[in-house]
Amino acid sequence: MTVEDEIEIMGQRMNDKIRKIFGRSLHIREVDAGSCNACEVEVNSLSNPIYDIERFGLHIVASPRHADMLLVTGSVTRNMELALLKTYNATPSPKLVAAMGSCACNGGIFGETYASGGGVDKFIPVDVYIPGCPPRPQAVIFGIMVVLDKLEQKIGKKEV
Amino acid sequence: MKTEIIDTIKKDFQENILEESISYNEIYLTVKKESIVKLCDRIYYHFDLPLVSIFATDERNINGFFKIHYVFSIDKNDAFIILRINVDGKNPGYPSITYKIAAANWYEREMQDMFGLVPQGHPDPRRLMNFEDWPDGVHPLRKDFDIRTKPPRVNGEYIYRHVDGEGVYEIPVGPVHAGVIEPGHFRFSVAGEPIINLEIRHFYTHKGVEKLFENISIDKAVFLSERISGDNSVAHAVAFCQAMEKIAGVNVPPRARFIRTILLELERIYNHLGDIAGIATDVAFAFGAAHANKLKEEVLQLNERVTGSRMLRGMNAIGGVRRDIGDKKDEILQKLSIIQRDFRKLMENFTSTPSLMDRIETTGRIYPDTAKGLHVVGPSGRASGLDRDTRRDHPYAAYPEFNFKVPVLKAGDVLSRTIVRADEICESVALIEQALWALPERETRVNVEKIPDGHAFGYTESPRGETIYWVRTIGNRIDRCKVRDPSFCNWLAIEYAVLDNIVPDFPIINKSLSLSYSGNDM
Ligand code: SF4
Repeated sequence: MTVEDEIEIMGQRMNDKIRKIFGRSLHIREVDAGSCNACEVEVNSLSNPIYDIERFGLHIVASPRHADMLLVTGSVTRNMELALLKTYNATPSPKLVAAMGSCACNGGIFGETYASGGGVDKFIPVDVYIPGCPPRPQAVIFGIMVVLDKLEQKIGKKEV
Repeated sequence: MKTEIIDTIKKDFQENILEESISYNEIYLTVKKESIVKLCDRIYYHFDLPLVSIFATDERNINGFFKIHYVFSIDKNDAFIILRINVDGKNPGYPSITYKIAAANWYEREMQDMFGLVPQGHPDPRRLMNFEDWPDGVHPLRKDFDIRTKPPRVNGEYIYRHVDGEGVYEIPVGPVHAGVIEPGHFRFSVAGEPIINLEIRHFYTHKGVEKLFENISIDKAVFLSERISGDNSVAHAVAFCQAMEKIAGVNVPPRARFIRTILLELERIYNHLGDIAGIATDVAFAFGAAHANKLKEEVLQLNERVTGSRMLRGMNAIGGVRRDIGDKKDEILQKLSIIQRDFRKLMENFTSTPSLMDRIETTGRIYPDTAKGLHVVGPSGRASGLDRDTRRDHPYAAYPEFNFKVPVLKAGDVLSRTIVRADEICESVALIEQALWALPERETRVNVEKIPDGHAFGYTESPRGETIYWVRTIGNRIDRCKVRDPSFCNWLAIEYAVLDNIVPDFPIINKSLSLSYSGNDM
């Protein structure tokens, strides 16, 4: 199966979910909290013509105020900690958070040092962890689907 | 030229030179602290040698001193002159050279934060990576600072340069940006549309990489070097490995040198394609952006098929490469010829679209003397008339065996930077073809068990420019690893490039300089 076919199948499934939960589209704000920039390369890849996530209802937005979900990369450096918190506070609920890449998951190679915080969940609540260094675009899409599943469950429980 | 310089310096500054040593192509001269300004001045202006790095080491537990190293490159002879001064550990002041050599600015401020060395007479002694909420006296690269220390947050204020005048207002941007880019802060002062001042503030992604090198094993350090500036993984890893190989005295097998060259050029191709796509995006040339992005993705997928990693990670090791790629020869050749054909068409389209040319011609100019004064490196330097390329001037890997051109333009605008990159992509494809056709036989790696004590430089030309490592090993561990990413030199140039341009052109100028925040902040 080519990458294009793979993405087509995943994308359609995701699109159905997004329609069900959000009505039309899921808005994502990417926050670099001290990554090495390879994770950003892959987030940017999501918008290239091969993956083109917009057609599945995923939209990367310019401000956290427009976002349903934060996609956070990097090990949360001391100098970015405050900016991350401010961004989180500016995001309206459901405030979903995906930690993308080993650094965001647990600090990765940079670990916990005088300058590196060692993982996003030390600072804000994380809904899903997307491992990889950097995760492939397919993995990021899969991770977003897991977040949606979680949200679906949460909503289901509330209704009961 | 090399001997002439050394002889003249020795003659004129005889009484100031304390010690001389030569290892490989590195000439170290330890000199008196008081003479450093004069000596740097002579080497920089009289012999016209670029200052490529300044860094410190903490040797207080050996001799009670900090040492500062000033590194000049003799491009014509593939050599480096390193001036060293001793700075008293108890009274860590030394004369600043920034007012004479502008390129020294950030290095001196970096040493001030990291080592507590005070550059006396520095025109702008504000803190750099230690933000205002760091307490005084925290100097992470000192040997007596434990990497796990968490300095408390204190109250403090960072003072920006201020521009006064009728109708002047400020636009603060960042650190979290609108696009998917790394964090950094930009403060524009504008009057009407044109930018009259820009101040950049970085080091938001300072992760303590240099300290980390001293606290991990050498095997792991290769992986760390790949993660300093993620999209320049190969260039950083090769530079690091070369420094270690120099210290260990190993000769990397020819096949490994060829494979490294191929990887380095694949990296250059996908980065340059990404930059061209970015420039097209920022001028709203959606067709071109989509095309360039598609080509970039194709290279990334090729990377993955060839090496198992889209960013070409995990391939380099001290002593060679981990995996052979000879069996992928046909696939690489085939794919690259298609990519090159498509890319040529794209560039024709690019340069024949008047609305696009209008946006990028004369936009964001860096004049040759500014570029030289700030030591702008890589494609940005070459677009401003600086004819320097580490691949040619300090040959490494398999570059001495191949033919390639180094494109140089003079205008220094966004257009020149785009053209330099486009030409370099074609050169890179030709280099990979030459390397694949001539791939030597046999092994790809020699085993390096233990690294002896020593120190050496390792350097590469990353897609962004000259990348320099200086490593010192003691007892099979890294005692100090200084990394000089090209972005550390190039960032300040943006403050000049944007002057008199309009704010909406800032993203294009920024993209055309292709600057890494992570590599700069470390
Ligand atoms: S997870 Fe890997 S690729 Fe992502 S920011 Fe960390 S080191 Fe870079």
